[in-house]
Amino acid sequence: MRDEPVTITAYPDGPLLVRGDAAIRTSDGEEVARTRRTVALCRCGLSSIKPYCDGTHKASGFRTDD
Amino acid sequence: MSRASDNAPRGPHAAGVSTTLPSPLTSPESRDDAADLPFRPRGPVSAAVLAHLVGGSATAHTALADAAVAASPDIERDDDLQLALFALYASSYGAFDALRPDLEWDPSLIATRRVIEAAFERSLRASVAVPELPAPTADAVARALFELTGAESGPSLSRHLARKATLDQAHEFLVQRTVYTLREADPHSWAIPRLTGRPKAALVEIQSDEYGGGRPDRVHATLFARAVRAAGLSDHYGAYLDDVPAVTLASHNTMSMFGLNLRLLGAIVGHLAAFEMTSSIPNRLYAEGLRRLGFGDDVCEYFDEHVEADAVHEQIAGRDLAGGLAEDRPELLADIFFGAAACLEVDARVGQHMLGAWASGSSSLRGEEER
Repeated sequence: MRDEPVTITAYPDGPLLVRGDAAIRTSDGEEVARTRRTVALCRCGLSSIKPYCDGTHKASGFRTDD
Repeated sequence: MSRASDNAPRGPHAAGVSTTLPSPLTSPESRDDAADLPFRPRGPVSAAVLAHLVGGSATAHTALADAAVAASPDIERDDDLQLALFALYASSYGAFDALRPDLEWDPSLIATRRVIEAAFERSLRASVAVPELPAPTADAVARALFELTGAESGPSLSRHLARKATLDQAHEFLVQRTVYTLREADPHSWAIPRLTGRPKAALVEIQSDEYGGGRPDRVHATLFARAVRAAGLSDHYGAYLDDVPAVTLASHNTMSMFGLNLRLLGAIVGHLAAFEMTSSIPNRLYAEGLRRLGFGDDVCEYFDEHVEADAVHEQIAGRDLAGGLAEDRPELLADIFFGAAACLEVDARVGQHMLGAWASGSSSLRGEEER
């Protein structure tokens, strides 16, 4: 996996899925714990577990343009 | 499931253990051929199936199943037929040591399985409302699945757990969940070799995460086993099988039937998509409720994990797995939506059963008089 390029895929009306060995950091530069190979990043701003998605975008009617 | 783990409850949780919760039967005087089976038959068909699977001698279960299927007013809520089907599937999963492995493909047991499956599938197809089908593109299928699973469908078990459930009800909720969750993800894994290309890669991506991504301590079934032990319950598979009603068995049998039959490949894929799409938000509410009742992180970790995990899985399952399969094989589109709708329907029944029992001040588990 480590030699594979990281991909970030937008899922319509939902999160960004990150695949590959990317470090995710907070604004302070702290690395965010990552316990799975594929993670979903919140795009609607409403997640209770940011930066990760918790599915709340579905209840809020979040829409993307794709 | 964690067979190797300590099966004994670790002792009462700080919040106190329910006194009404039945404990697994271990009385030595009840030992017979089925001594190692942690559950008892619920009628003639399940008795005959278990006698064959455990004792090894053929019994008249196929004729009994034919008669029972014809006579049953509702196979989806029939304790005897659902338990018989559950036992036949358990033989393929290897769920119980007492079921003889050499009988997995016994022609008469398979014949009985097909009799019950045919009637069960017919009944499900008649009772489940399938929405209007979208175009067979990944985008349209994912959007239609999110729409189907997002529709409000009556009272919510997760909201009840979050705000109102008592400690006894929380224990019952965990007990009802043990049938599937101590073997979480297994029913959908049957589909892996039956898929190719994009949907196969998507299913493996999801299942790999379900199975811990290479870390045994992160296997979801193991996280759940840890949660039930920490709640003072047994994680021995089947320990509470006698306690759960037919609708709980039917929920598990639905996914086993979809997973174990190639002709129902679309349905197992749709089932997983709907299952994942109705998981992350409810799991956050379950964790909220369990913390409200005083349970600690050792119980809640499983539910916390699913908030994050299933928000990933639902995207992959909707677009890459179900959507990808519909693009590759448009002839499976209708069954993808049948499987999704069936998942919502059978799982809603389990939720309604629990909420209904609790609303009338009773237990959602089977009482002695029902056994």
